[in-house]
Amino acid sequence: MAMETKTVEELATGEAYKYGFVTDIEMERAPKGLSEDTVRFISAKKEEPDWLLEWRLRAFRMWKTMAEPTWAKVTYPPIDYQDAYYFAAPKTKEGPKSLDEVDPELLATYEKLGIPLQEQEMLAGVAVDAVFDSVSVATTYKKKLEEMGIVFCAMSEAVQKYPDLVRQYLGSVVPYSDNFFATLNSAVFSDGTFVFVPKGVRCPMELSTYFRINAAQTGQFERTLIVAEAGSYVSYLEGCTAPMRDENQLHAAVVELVTLDDAEIKYSTVQNWYPGDAEGKGGIYNFVTKRGACRGRNSKILWTQVETGSAITWKYPSCILQGEGSVGEFYSVAITNNRQQADTGTKMIHIGKGTSSRIIAKGISAGRADSTYRGLVRIQPKAEGARNYTQCDSLLIGDQCGAHTVPYIESRNPTANVEHEATTSKISEDQLFYCLQRGLSEEEAVSLIVNGFCREVLQTLPMEFAVEAQKLVGISLEGSVG
Amino acid sequence: MDAKTTDSAPFLDRLEAVDTDQPDWAAALRRAGLAVYREEGLPHAKVEAWKYTRLDGLTRSAFEPGISAPDGITVPDGRIADMAGAHRLVFVNGCYRAELSDDGLADEGIEIVNLGKPGAAPGWVAEHMGRVLDLDGMPLAALNAALWGDGVAIKLADGAQLQKPLHLIFLAAASTPAMFQSRHLLIAGRDSRAAVIESHLGLEGAPTFSNSVVEMILEEDAVLDHAKLVDETEHAYHIAATALSLAGQARYNGFVLTLGGRVVRNETRVRLAAAGAECCLAGAYVADGEAHVDNTVFIDHAGPGAASRVVFKGVIGDTARGVFQGKTLVRQYAQKTDGHQLHKALLLSSGAEVNAKPELEIYADDVKCGHGATAAQLDEDMVFYLLARGIPEAQARQLLTEAFLGDVVDEIASPEIAAAMSAALTRRLAGINADHGA
Amino acid sequence: MALLEIQDLHVEVAGKEILRGISLDVEAGKVHAIMGPNGSGKSTLSHVLAGRSGYDVTGGSVRYDGSDLLQMNADERARKGVFLAFQYPVEIPGVTTTTFLRQALNAGRRERGEPELDAMEFVKVIRRKTKELGITDDLLKRPVNVGFSGGEKKRNEILQMAILEPRLAVLDETDSGLDIDALKVVSDGINAQRSDDRGVLLITHYQRLLDYVVPDRVHVLAQGCIVKSGGKELALELEKSGYAEFLDAAAA
Repeated sequence: MAMETKTVEELATGEAYKYGFVTDIEMERAPKGLSEDTVRFISAKKEEPDWLLEWRLRAFRMWKTMAEPTWAKVTYPPIDYQDAYYFAAPKTKEGPKSLDEVDPELLATYEKLGIPLQEQEMLAGVAVDAVFDSVSVATTYKKKLEEMGIVFCAMSEAVQKYPDLVRQYLGSVVPYSDNFFATLNSAVFSDGTFVFVPKGVRCPMELSTYFRINAAQTGQFERTLIVAEAGSYVSYLEGCTAPMRDENQLHAAVVELVTLDDAEIKYSTVQNWYPGDAEGKGGIYNFVTKRGACRGRNSKILWTQVETGSAITWKYPSCILQGEGSVGEFYSVAITNNRQQADTGTKMIHIGKGTSSRIIAKGISAGRADSTYRGLVRIQPKAEGARNYTQCDSLLIGDQCGAHTVPYIESRNPTANVEHEATTSKISEDQLFYCLQRGLSEEEAVSLIVNGFCREVLQTLPMEFAVEAQKLVGISLEGSVG
Repeated sequence: MDAKTTDSAPFLDRLEAVDTDQPDWAAALRRAGLAVYREEGLPHAKVEAWKYTRLDGLTRSAFEPGISAPDGITVPDGRIADMAGAHRLVFVNGCYRAELSDDGLADEGIEIVNLGKPGAAPGWVAEHMGRVLDLDGMPLAALNAALWGDGVAIKLADGAQLQKPLHLIFLAAASTPAMFQSRHLLIAGRDSRAAVIESHLGLEGAPTFSNSVVEMILEEDAVLDHAKLVDETEHAYHIAATALSLAGQARYNGFVLTLGGRVVRNETRVRLAAAGAECCLAGAYVADGEAHVDNTVFIDHAGPGAASRVVFKGVIGDTARGVFQGKTLVRQYAQKTDGHQLHKALLLSSGAEVNAKPELEIYADDVKCGHGATAAQLDEDMVFYLLARGIPEAQARQLLTEAFLGDVVDEIASPEIAAAMSAALTRRLAGINADHGA
Repeated sequence: MALLEIQDLHVEVAGKEILRGISLDVEAGKVHAIMGPNGSGKSTLSHVLAGRSGYDVTGGSVRYDGSDLLQMNADERARKGVFLAFQYPVEIPGVTTTTFLRQALNAGRRERGEPELDAMEFVKVIRRKTKELGITDDLLKRPVNVGFSGGEKKRNEILQMAILEPRLAVLDETDSGLDIDALKVVSDGINAQRSDDRGVLLITHYQRLLDYVVPDRVHVLAQGCIVKSGGKELALELEKSGYAEFLDAAAA
């Protein structure tokens, strides 16, 4: 609670994007542009097995035949895929064996971002994998987790150490042919995080990956894979920031989750990529494919996202509910201000009997921004007794922005029960005045009311992230009133 | 024209059958329709607006225009909307039939024009035809604009009050596959008031394809009660677009009841152009067998302080499909908009399917908008409650199904129209539950 | 110098004059009651004092503690100690009463250069006050006024007053919609907060609140003017004879 007070202070001081600095560090890059050679270069750098190179190449060849999707309610100038770097990594002699070997400049960078990597300084109960541009630079608490049989490491390391597991699950939820951006990622992904929780194990701490884009003109394509075996549980968090640059940078990640019988994955994101300036110059294009497969009976996947950054957000974390009685949940806050555009939502595909899903989406638009909720709830014929509840609420601040809701509801089983509700409104003058009368400034009042509007979603975040997210809600809306 | 074009845009060759001796406005409308239809063709699965409604089946029957109905055809009064005492205009296979009609409109001082002979149409027809419905993205309406054959244009003078409702009756009856494209225009002057009912009835016979367009203009303070009953045969395609433009303080009360047809699409597009305009559009549908019923509604809040309310409910049995697409657009200057949409579907059997897409696109902040959608079966607790009180199961289900649809009928403003729609619905449900309750 | 000095205040709403020249001083330590029939301008006065937009002050002045009150924003007034108990407290979904109160209290403390209270300290402060007003912990955890009964909303207003400790409290029809038991609780809460350095402006339609909260002065507001002022006995007089004669007086 003390942290909330801090929120107000930071609001009062009119803080802008505070993660916009650049780390000066020597980088190694693939040659600019995208070709089979680029793909081979990345694969060779990672010393990957042949099957993975082949998989990448299949993806690349397919990608060349695909067209960029245009159905989302976002507009941006055409992206020149040849005018970017597809691999950038801090130059080191060897991969760091322990935190002591990590470049001090990098440690300092994460320190500055509020993510200390020295274990003794860490918040108790959170293990962190730090991904800098394309590669994982440090993973904390590895030993402790290993003792429990939990794998938490960089994807490139997993390919070497656990090739069978990676081969079994990689692309099994998001196939390389899935969509334009996922296919591109499959061809050129550089690193990411791999998590494996064995049967019956409850991971005792939050696992967290902190993504940082640093290099200019570089795309980031990480790939995350989390497998929770029967009866296991893991809570995973990701946070993202990038420097302020005038150019747009592409971030096309893929996240795959798999839960077996009675397993549960809780996946939380606080996305705060650089949104561009007030006029819409610069910022990250966040084109991400996230999907979880509830394969086992009574398994559960819970997505929570707080999307405040990026010039453009295009992401639909989804659940494929195959296992009987499996549960998918999606909680989302998307805040767009200035010229930001967000087209985000979820898909809940009910395949198994007695599956249930819940969607709570809160969209806030301010400035000249556009925010769209796009979602699909599909009940397949065999999904006896399936249940879905969806609630989408939009809040508009000012008359220059837009808020849109595009739900698709498809039911092919009469025993299923599907319920969808949506509202659009603005902050009422009465609420605002009530807060002012109690002494809050207009910005504090807006932050408070919007936080209240988002409460149901923010509540699902782990404690440390909830505090961070509440602050972001206020900061993202700065300058939107008055 | 090459073969490929014919495949993606069938029926263009039917243009030869159209009378080319036309006034300029009619020829211009046909050219515009032709251009859009050539460009867009018959909608396929990738066309978002037609995502859930496929028209592939249209090319499987050799639909021909100008097919005449069997001799001695009469209006089966027991199957159309029960609007005793209404003015009647009867169309058979898309053509106006004076001998079946009972048109006292002229006695009421209402201007009415038969569009079958466009050359004789007065200036106001030329001025307004094709001005309400934008053809872009509307390939079927474009096809109608290119090929329309007959129809009626009605003008209510400022302050006119239509004493008796106007009942437009469309009968479809053919021994070989027949297509017809009627087109209608209604202009309701300032402060005028009227009730218009459409009954579309299919009689047994060969497949039919009705592709109609209705344009309505409501000037300031005009009030229009409008209801449409669709009860086509299980071989019929019924595609209809109704486009409305409402000026300030005008009020539209619409109702769409679909009881039969193979593929039915009722598309209603309403533009609320100025302050205080109000649209209340409700509808119910009963789909069984292989029926496919699509209600698509687009409400365009283009002026401030307008209100819209859209409520549709459907009952879907066998392997039938229900589709609801509702979009509320609130433009930047349409502050103080009140816009709500609701769709509820009841699935009666395991092969039934419903697809709903209730959409909001909002650019003004001081608005109250919302939508809701549900899909479920009858509440078994309710069924059991009735059984426990000694009501037989078939009857219990019929009662609950009627109750489910019944409250949409309550949305109808005119008691006379509500009674007629309610009676038609009850007739239809007695049929469906006799099958399902067994 | 009185705590609140209203001089010949004229206020219009959408071009219509609602307050037509009001003058009134409220001294620290005193309770002034303003009584008047519906439409006399009572709520307009409370909103103008609190700084709500939509009211055009076309003449006169309002000084609070020696400063021009009308020059201050609504939140500034609140932080400087002007408190309005709303006739219709608004609901704020998702924001718990505790969070709301703490932010409001700390906003005022910052203004006065006092250290902010952390969560633990705040709980101590709030505990004391809630007990007196019979407000449960459960109510504090619920979002501000959401799902509160009429009585709970009014008690919540008095609780906020107790916590924010204003110098000037304007209570707008705080008695409306309360049954006799709730009225007693609310009145006790107000009485407990009477003090030598606090001025209270009690706005009410009925005399019954004044049985419990005995005012020092009573003013009758009719058609935008104060038509009569007197001691507490004026309220009893009104109870007997009604507002009719004052309406005539104002019209004259």
